[in-house]
Formats: sequence, structure tokens, C-alpha cells
Amino acid sequence: MGESIIRVADLCKSYGPVQALRGVTFDVHEGEVFGLLGPNGAGKTTTVEILEGLRTPDRGTAEVCGLNPESAGEGLKEVIGAVLQSTSLPAKLRVREALELFANFYPRRADVTQLLRRFQLQEKAHAFYSELSGGQKQRLALALSLVNDPKVVFLDEPTAGLDPQVRREIYDIIQELRRDKKTVLVTTHYIEEAERLCDRVAIVDHGRVMALGTPRELKQKSAGTTRLEIRLARAAANGTLAHLDGVSDCREFDGAYVLYSSRPSQTIVALVKQLEGENNELQSLEMFSPSLEDVFIELTGRRLRE
Amino acid sequence: MKTLSRTWTLTRLRLRLAVRNRAFFFFSLVMPLIFLFGAAIFLRRGPERTQWIPYVLGAVLTTTVMGSFWGLSVQLVTFREQGILRRFRLAPVGAGPILASSILSNYFMSLPVVAFEFLVCRWAFHMHTWGNLWLVFLLVTVGSATFSALGLIVASVTNTMQETQMINNLLWMAFLFLTGATVPLAIFPIWLQRIALFIPGQYLATGLESATTNMAGPAEVIEDVIALMLGLLVAFEVSRHLFRWEPDAKAPRSAKLWVLAALVPFLLFGVWENIAGNRLHRVDRNFETLSGSTIPEQATGAR
Repeated sequence: MGESIIRVADLCKSYGPVQALRGVTFDVHEGEVFGLLGPNGAGKTTTVEILEGLRTPDRGTAEVCGLNPESAGEGLKEVIGAVLQSTSLPAKLRVREALELFANFYPRRADVTQLLRRFQLQEKAHAFYSELSGGQKQRLALALSLVNDPKVVFLDEPTAGLDPQVRREIYDIIQELRRDKKTVLVTTHYIEEAERLCDRVAIVDHGRVMALGTPRELKQKSAGTTRLEIRLARAAANGTLAHLDGVSDCREFDGAYVLYSSRPSQTIVALVKQLEGENNELQSLEMFSPSLEDVFIELTGRRLRE
Repeated sequence: MKTLSRTWTLTRLRLRLAVRNRAFFFFSLVMPLIFLFGAAIFLRRGPERTQWIPYVLGAVLTTTVMGSFWGLSVQLVTFREQGILRRFRLAPVGAGPILASSILSNYFMSLPVVAFEFLVCRWAFHMHTWGNLWLVFLLVTVGSATFSALGLIVASVTNTMQETQMINNLLWMAFLFLTGATVPLAIFPIWLQRIALFIPGQYLATGLESATTNMAGPAEVIEDVIALMLGLLVAFEVSRHLFRWEPDAKAPRSAKLWVLAALVPFLLFGVWENIAGNRLHRVDRNFETLSGSTIPEQATGAR
């Protein structure tokens, strides 16, 4: 992995009484795909927009390609590309025109025809922006982020609200960016996205980085526990599940019980015995090996999508 | 050089978008023509059937040029609310090129409309004169830029489309009815005429009416041009200063006071005109070109 190309240290930002960032710190290495994983309102977008120079931090430092986003101005804009979470283009602008327009602003430009081909937009080259589907608009946004052949690409929730097929297409594009040795900082609240795409992930919640590492390292931090999700016919007696054999933690979500166990088979045997004793019934049982979701739950006490 | 190139790139974009916008054609072309034909119906019974046309053309041109004000403010607020501006913010483009391109594209779009209105008057209504074309060109150029910049200020100090429309309506009514653009100023009571001397549109209307009725030389409209140019410079700088890219960035209440700064040149000229100027005499003289028209005694007597 290369040198740090993005450095963030102790970043703080408030919007009125709301503290969006409370000391965010991380580095992104050149050529890696780095993920900020967290629920809505965690501070991901604020962090990215500070790095893009769109917002000013209250405290802390940020650096992209050796430039301070707050003061670098055009110098920064020429080396970064970005897909914003909420943005749009004029309804009556055609796809090719949009790419040519933005390419014209930069001294270093990618080939527009190639971008159209790469993002499967050739057939829509003459369509108005208003005529594009959600997936096509997002592909265009991605293509626009590359018109200046940037060193660093920021993707803020690039697959939010898209159907699974389009999402997979966008995953492929991000994999391509990795092959092209671009540095990518992607924010997401999809576990699958972070696990599948990112070399390293920072788990963010309430404006703080709760954990940082490769997906594998983070999962190992979950103490090698297996997650058992069970649904019962009746509510379990207070505290009984937490004391089952092998269980290190027990939480209740949406009417289901989530048990973290280091010895899952013994836990299941103990669970069945316990339920027989209580005259209760097991309605469903699912077993999961540790995921980033588990890491998130362990760190924050809640699910990512709550 | 980079700034000029980016401004030109954005200007071409805005021209394309304007051509594809049906509302633009309605408000920029159809509306002034409706007014022109309306005036034709109203004034056709005069003894000199074509005498009124240059005067009415001056008023129609004024309406066309002032229309820049309305369109640009709405467009800029729409761009901001829809998050279009924030996409541009990611590119190496500043507020200056965005604003300048709005003004330029609006100006380029107004030129064929102005030419068309001239041709309609000449061929359909048999206008006997072309007026002073150079002065018309100068006033259309400066006026279009000034009213565009005033529109940009409105966009800069308002937070929502509703607020923009409200301020636009108020100003537009004053521009339309207190400047001579639709109702000749000369028929108003003198106190109202004196108030009109503070309104930016008045400088455009009087200038264009003088130029189309062929009664003005460059020296006569120089004050109109200077007033409009000063208004343009102040309005452009204020709107650049107050420019907001983000949909959630709200303008503080104090920002609205900046609108007054843009009107300062017109306030100063208004004071001067009320004390020592001869603008109201020009207004009367232009109006007299309407065949058979007489200026109400109430207005002339008090002057």
C-alpha cells in the first residue's frame, strides 16, 4: 500500500446544536479503496464534504494530495473527482453535453467517448438528463467524477436507493477504479458494500471513528463469536438467554434475540433445553459467522440501519 | 484566461438550455409581442396610423430587456434548490463565471428577440423609421446586463422559490407600470412621475423610447447608460459576494439589505433628476410622438 494521500486528524464540525463530527481521525493510502461505514447521521457525508472543500471544519485538519481543502481551491478540484449524495444536473442537458461541459473545465481531461462506453451510456449519449433512470443518472455521476482523470475519487453513498443489479454494476466500476490505481473514499451504510469493495474500513457513529482496519481485522475484533438470531413463540424469561453456555452477549432487536457465542453448538443445545424447561418454542434459528454488522452492533449497541 | 474560457463554456450551456425551454420563448418572445399587438389594436384609430409605433416599440423593447430580471432569478434559485450548483462547485468554477454566463446568455438570447420585434414593427406595422439603431443596441446591451444582475441579486438574497417569486412580483410590477414600459409615464400625476425617477427600469424605458423615436443623440442617453452601468457593476459585485452554492445555505436577513446597495446608483440619479434633471421633459417629449396625444395638464402644470 502507498503513502497516505488523505489525512484527517481530529475533525470536528457542528451544525447549530448538532455535533456532526467529534474528532474524526484516519488516513487513506494511495491506491486503496477506503470505506466510511456508518448509519445515516453518523458524519460520513460531512467528513467527505470537508475533504472535497465544500464545508469548513470547526476544528482539526484535513489534507488531500498534500493540499488543504479549505484553502487549495482550484488546485484541489483538479485532482479530485466526486459523486455527491444529493446533486442534480439541468433537466434539459444531454448526457454527452454534460460530460463535455465538465471536461472543459479541467486542463487534464479524460476521453468523453471512452467514458460513455465505460459507463454503458453510449445509447443514452443524446438523452436529456431528465430522461435517465436512477441507475443511469448514477452512472453519469460516476462518469462525471472521472472527467478530469482524478487521483482521488470520493463516492458518497454511490448505491443508495438503487436496485441490486445497478448496485452490482457500480461495484464493478469501483473495482475497476481500484485496478486503475485510483484512491477511492466511499461512504456507505451497506455492510456488503464495505466488505466487498473496501481494502480498509472506518466504522463511524455519532461523529466518531469507532474502529478502523481491513474488514478481516475488524471481524477478528468481534472476538471470533458466531451470531445466532432466534425467534421464539413467547418472550424469553429475563436474562436467561444471556447465561446460556458459550454466550458472551445477548441483545433483542425487532422481536428477535441475537446471541453472540464462542461455542455455538453447545449454545444451541443449551437453548433447546432452556426452552423445553420454559415450555417455550423455537420458531426460527439462523447462524451467522462474524460480519461487520456484528462489529458495528458490538461497538454501538445497535444495528447499522436503525 | 481560464476564467474567460469557463465563462464562455457556461454561456454556451445556458444558451442551449434556454433554447430548449418553452417557458423562455413564451416570456421572452410571445409576451412582448402580445403587448405589441395589444397596443396596435388600442392605437390603430389615431390620425397618423404609424406614428405611435416607434414609441410603442421602445416600450416593448424595454419589457423584453427587463424580462432578463425575472428569468435569471428564478433559474438561479432553481439550480440552487435542485443541487445543480453544488455539482458545479466541485469543478474548478467560481461564482463569477456562473453569474457572468447567466448574464451573457441572457443577452445573446435577447438580441434575436429585439431584432424580431423591430422587424415586426417595420413590416407588419409599417414603421417609418429604424430609430437610432446604435443607441438601441447600446441600451439593450447595458440594460439586459443590468436587469440580469438585478435578478441575480434577488436570487442571492432569497432562500426559497416562494420568496423569490414574491420579491420578483413586487419589483416586476414597479418595473412594468412605473417606468413607462407599459403605461406611458407622462400620463401619471407628477408626484408619481417623481417617484418613478428612482426606479431602474425608468432609465431603460426613457432611453429606449428616445432611441426608437429617433429623437436622441448619444449625449442625451449617456445618463441612462451610466445609471444602468453603475447599477450593473454594483449588482454584479453584490450578487457575487452573496452567492450561495448549497441548497441548505440560508441567506441571513441582513443580506436583504444588500439589495438596497444595488439600488444606490438609481437612488442617487433619482435625487439628482428630481432636483436638477430634465428627464421628465424627455418623457413628455417622447410621449408626444404618439399622434394626437396630449399630456394631462395636471402633469405638465406642476413641472
